[in-house]
Amino acid sequence: MSEVIAPIGAPATRQVEIDSHSINFGPQHPAAHGVLRLILELDGEIVERADPHIGLLHRGTEKLIEFKTYMQAVPYFDRLDYVSPMCEEHAFALAVEKLLGITVPDRGQWIRVLFSEITRVLNHLLNLTTYALDVGAITPALWGFEEREKLMEFHEAASGARLHANYFRPGGVAKDLPAGLTDRIAAWAETFPKFIDDLEGLLTHNRIWKQRTVDIGVFSAEQALAWGFSGPPLRASGVPWDLRRSQPYDKYAEVDFQIPVGRNGDCYDRYLMRIYEARESVKIIKQALAKMKPGPVKVQDRKFSPPTRGEMKRSMEALIHHFKLYTEGYHVPEGATYTAVESPKGEFGVYLVADGTNKPYRCKIRSTGFAFLQAVDVMAKRHMLADVCAIIGSLDVVFGEIDR
Amino acid sequence: MAEEAQTEAPPPLPEPTAAELFAAAVATLPGVTGTRWQHGELTVDAQRDSIVALSAALRDDKRFAFAQLMDLCGVDWPERAERFEVVYNLLSVSLNQRIRVVVTADEVTPVPSVHGIWPVATWWEREAWDLFGIIFSGQPDLRRILTDYGFEGHPLRKDFPLTGYVELRYDEDRKAVVYEPVKLTQDFRSFDFLSPWEALTTLPGDEKVFTDRAKG
Repeated sequence: MSEVIAPIGAPATRQVEIDSHSINFGPQHPAAHGVLRLILELDGEIVERADPHIGLLHRGTEKLIEFKTYMQAVPYFDRLDYVSPMCEEHAFALAVEKLLGITVPDRGQWIRVLFSEITRVLNHLLNLTTYALDVGAITPALWGFEEREKLMEFHEAASGARLHANYFRPGGVAKDLPAGLTDRIAAWAETFPKFIDDLEGLLTHNRIWKQRTVDIGVFSAEQALAWGFSGPPLRASGVPWDLRRSQPYDKYAEVDFQIPVGRNGDCYDRYLMRIYEARESVKIIKQALAKMKPGPVKVQDRKFSPPTRGEMKRSMEALIHHFKLYTEGYHVPEGATYTAVESPKGEFGVYLVADGTNKPYRCKIRSTGFAFLQAVDVMAKRHMLADVCAIIGSLDVVFGEIDR
Repeated sequence: MAEEAQTEAPPPLPEPTAAELFAAAVATLPGVTGTRWQHGELTVDAQRDSIVALSAALRDDKRFAFAQLMDLCGVDWPERAERFEVVYNLLSVSLNQRIRVVVTADEVTPVPSVHGIWPVATWWEREAWDLFGIIFSGQPDLRRILTDYGFEGHPLRKDFPLTGYVELRYDEDRKAVVYEPVKLTQDFRSFDFLSPWEALTTLPGDEKVFTDRAKG
C-alpha cells in the first residue's frame, strides 16, 4: 500500500493507491474440497480478505423435502454430507421420532450407535488424509482410502449401499445386521488402532506437517463460540462440549468414552482432535458390539414401520400397511423440534416443522460446515496464501451439506 | 363447624421445577410475549423490534448464557397476516440448555439483525434473505448466498413452484450457458392424501370413532 501525498495548497484529500490483487481460489481447485469458490484479496502473498462464494452445489434439498413424505425424505440426508451419511440420517430420524413420540427398541438404538461411530471413523479418515494431501503429504491418503474401503463394506453389508445408505429410518433402522457382520466389525476394531498408530507415525511428529499446521488459523474459545463452532474445531479451541455426552441420544448415555479437548485452537489441534476421536470411536464400537442383544430393530407399530416380506405373504393387513406406508406414509402430528446430533463434523441439526400431514411443512438443515466456512475470513486474515489450504482442510468442510 | 376447623390447610403447591423456573425467568426479559414447552424444548415468542435487546440479554445474562447461535432460519406461513417466522435456535454450552426464539415478519418489514451479538448470524441472515426474502436491517452484507448469480425470486416461499421458473443448459452453437423458461415433459404430480378414504389419519368430523360408549 503506498500513499500519494497531495501537493501543498491542494484540498485536504489524499489519494490512496492500494496494491492488492484478488484471486479466484476454486471452484476447481483440488484443495477446495468440492466446489468452493473463494475470492481472496491478497497483499503480496498475505491474505487480506477471504470471501467464500457458496451455492455451486445448491440442489434445493429443503424445498424438495417439503414435497416428499417423511420416509422419502431420508435419502436426501445421505446426499448432504456424503462423507458421513448415516449421522445425517440420524438427526432426521430422531427429529421425526420426537414429533411422533415413538421410541426405538434397544437393538435398533445400539445399531445406530455402532454405525454412527463407524461413520465417524469413515469421515475422520477422509478428512485427515485429504487434509494432509492439501498440505503436501500423499501417503496418508493412499493408506486411508484403503482403510475406508473396509468400513464402506460394513455400510454395504448393513444397508446395501456403500455411501448413500438410507439405513437409519424414523422408528429404527431399515433392517437387522446380516449374519457374521458383527464378527467382521469386531475383527476390524482389533486391527484399527494399529492403523491409527501408523497414520500418526506419518504425521504427528512430522517436521513439515507441524511447520504447516502449528499456530496456523488460531481461534480462541470465545471466537469459536461466537462463530457457532461445534465438534472437533470447537473442542480444539478448548471448549469441552460433545452432544454425545451432554445431550445423549439413543444409547450414548450407556457407553464409556473420553472426549479429547485441545488447548491452542490451531490447525494442528484440530488434526489431533480427530485422531483421538477416531481412537475413542473404536472403544464405543467395541462396547456397542458387546452390549447389543438380539431383538427388534425398529418400532413394532405397523403404522410407522413396514412389516416383513414374509408377513406380507400371509397377512392381508400387513400388505395394506405396507402399501399405505410406501404410498401415503405416516402423518406426523403438528409441532416443531430442533434436534441435533454430534455428527463427525460437529453439531448437525434439523429444525422440523410438521403440520399434521404426511409431508414436512419445513425442514431446515443446520449444516455444520456452513458456520465453519463463514469463519474462514477471520481465520485466514494475515496468513499466507498456502495456509488457506491448511485452514480449509482443518475445518473439514463438505459442500454437499453447506450448499444443501 | 368444629370438624371444618380441624381440616388441614390445602397442601402447598408443588415446587416449581427447574424448567418452569427457567421459563419464568425468560418470560421477564424485554420483548418476550409468550413461552411454551414443546417436546421438552422451550420456545419463546418475541417482538420483532426488541430482538437485539433480547438476544443481548440471553447471551450476557449469567442465568441464560446462550453464547451460541446454532441456527437461524425462516418459515413461511402465507395465510398469516405476517407471513414469515424467523427462528433463532440458541445453545448454552455452559448451562447445557437450548432455547428457540421466534419473531414474525412480512415481505416489507425488516427484522433487526443480530450479527452484532453473534457474528455467525450474517450468513444465515443472507440465507433467509435469499430463500425467503426476509429483510434484515443493520446487516451490512445482505447478498444472496445459495442461489445462482442473478437469480430472481425467493425459492423457499410456499408460492414458489418446486420446479422453479428458469432452467439452464449449455448451448453448443452459441458456446454459452443459456437460461430458458422451464419446460416439463410431464405435468407435476401432486397427490391428495387427505381424501376421506385414507385411514392413517383422523379427519375433522371423524372423532366419534374413538369414543368408547360401551365402557361408559
